[in-house]
Amino acid sequence: MTEEIIIAGFGGQGVLSMGKILAYSGIMQDQEVSWMPSYGPEMRGGTANVTVILSDERISSPILTQYDTAIILNQQSMDKFEPMVKPGGLLLYDPNGITRHPERKDIRIVRIEASKEAAALGLRKIFNMIVLGGYLKVKPLVEFENVILGLKKSLPPRYHHMIPDNEKAIKRGLEIVEEVQ
Amino acid sequence: MKKELRLMKGNEAFAEGAIRAGVDGYFGYPITPQSEVMEYLTAEKPHERTGMVVLQAESEVASINMLYGGAGCGKKVMTSSSSPGISLMQEGISYMAGAELPCIVLNVVRGGPGLGTIQPAQSDYFQATKGGGHGDYRLITLAPSSVQEMYDFVKLGYDLAFKYRTPVMVLSDGAIGQMMEKVEIDEQIPRTQDEEIRSKYPWATMGKTPDRERNIITSLDLDPARHERHNLKLQAKYREIEKAEIRFETIQCEDADFLFVAYGTSSRICQKSIQLCREKGIKVGLFRPITLFPFPKNDLKQVARGCKGILSVEMSAGQMIEDIRLAIEGSVRSEHYGRMGGIIPSPIEVAEALEQKFIKS
Repeated sequence: MTEEIIIAGFGGQGVLSMGKILAYSGIMQDQEVSWMPSYGPEMRGGTANVTVILSDERISSPILTQYDTAIILNQQSMDKFEPMVKPGGLLLYDPNGITRHPERKDIRIVRIEASKEAAALGLRKIFNMIVLGGYLKVKPLVEFENVILGLKKSLPPRYHHMIPDNEKAIKRGLEIVEEVQ
Repeated sequence: MKKELRLMKGNEAFAEGAIRAGVDGYFGYPITPQSEVMEYLTAEKPHERTGMVVLQAESEVASINMLYGGAGCGKKVMTSSSSPGISLMQEGISYMAGAELPCIVLNVVRGGPGLGTIQPAQSDYFQATKGGGHGDYRLITLAPSSVQEMYDFVKLGYDLAFKYRTPVMVLSDGAIGQMMEKVEIDEQIPRTQDEEIRSKYPWATMGKTPDRERNIITSLDLDPARHERHNLKLQAKYREIEKAEIRFETIQCEDADFLFVAYGTSSRICQKSIQLCREKGIKVGLFRPITLFPFPKNDLKQVARGCKGILSVEMSAGQMIEDIRLAIEGSVRSEHYGRMGGIIPSPIEVAEALEQKFIKS
């Protein structure tokens, strides 16, 4: 198994930390992992993305231009990364703020109303964990208990009181993700 | 016992590796994309863990000269920077090579020339492997291609630096520095006690004892005959290093018709390009030099025997290709493919470059 993922959205949406939690979850499951962020001045208030790879084998390139899965959280990222999903791959997106929905016919498309749900729960900070839950429902490559372990490892101890909210958000994501095509 | 596993950035792994290797002092000045080295060290407070000193100097020139002082006392000292900062350190590095002082200098390379860009590059190969500063000297140059190697090469670097009394350059790049991977963490190695330094490194300036002449750490000698003898001694040391310290890795070279030669981030990209080429029936392997100086000349020539072509893949205009051609001595056609200015080539484009240069042409 090798899963090559791009997670892309605005800076501040928790794109990088979502990737980190997913990668740490992979480690908890004895997988090889890599996490490669975009870095530089373009991140300040602009778009942010991270490539995460989970694999049973040694990971080759941490930098890719084709992905098994694209998790897309804003329009700019949709424009950039929809064409880079491998045929037969997965595109997961939050429709909030999306004006042009995905058009490809050769990929699986799934959506999750994560920002709406985060607002409804009054927990805007755990928006990214709702998205992660949605992803794990569609691609259960990492077991739930390992995700919780990964979450504990990723968060500094001063944020550990937020783990129950994060866990709740992941579970909510598992429930509300919807198949589009 | 199962080792502790952590998800870390390359820069952080290097910093943790430094604490665990029992480093006495880190002296640095911030620059992207390596600032996490000092940030991590500052947050970890290693003076509380091992007594290690972490100091932000007023400049890169100051940092490297602090290394000179620390290394002169037989201490394990290091600095890290990125390309423009490393250029500023060259005088000090040359002095340390001349005075035969061990240390580790990490270069997390960014695109140049000049202030360039903060994105990854490999355009400091010449500077690292051919000397960098003035005078006839070489640096042992280690090229990590994973976060684990960023961690491991601290310990390896000091083993080599003290064995040969010479500065070691760890030549990384912005991608390896910024990405996170799984790292196996070792047990803490205690810092070397002063008594041990006195007995293991009799050259160190740890205080004169009545039974010997005073130790002098210098790169200056105004007597040409004596200074030539010193140069010959340095050269003999570099030849010894070339004999004993070559390190490299081969991947899928057994049946390969073509070879990628690449180090660092480029070698990771090439591993994916190999998969893409092999899916098309083109048998490609990877020769990855781990020591860039000493360059694995004979081993490359051996591995390349019978191959139809070699493609050097570098994030530069083509620097390592010169060492490849010297090694191969015309026995196999060798070409270069590279991107510059902070652009990282994609695995697909590297695979296509190989086809373009050797198969379609």
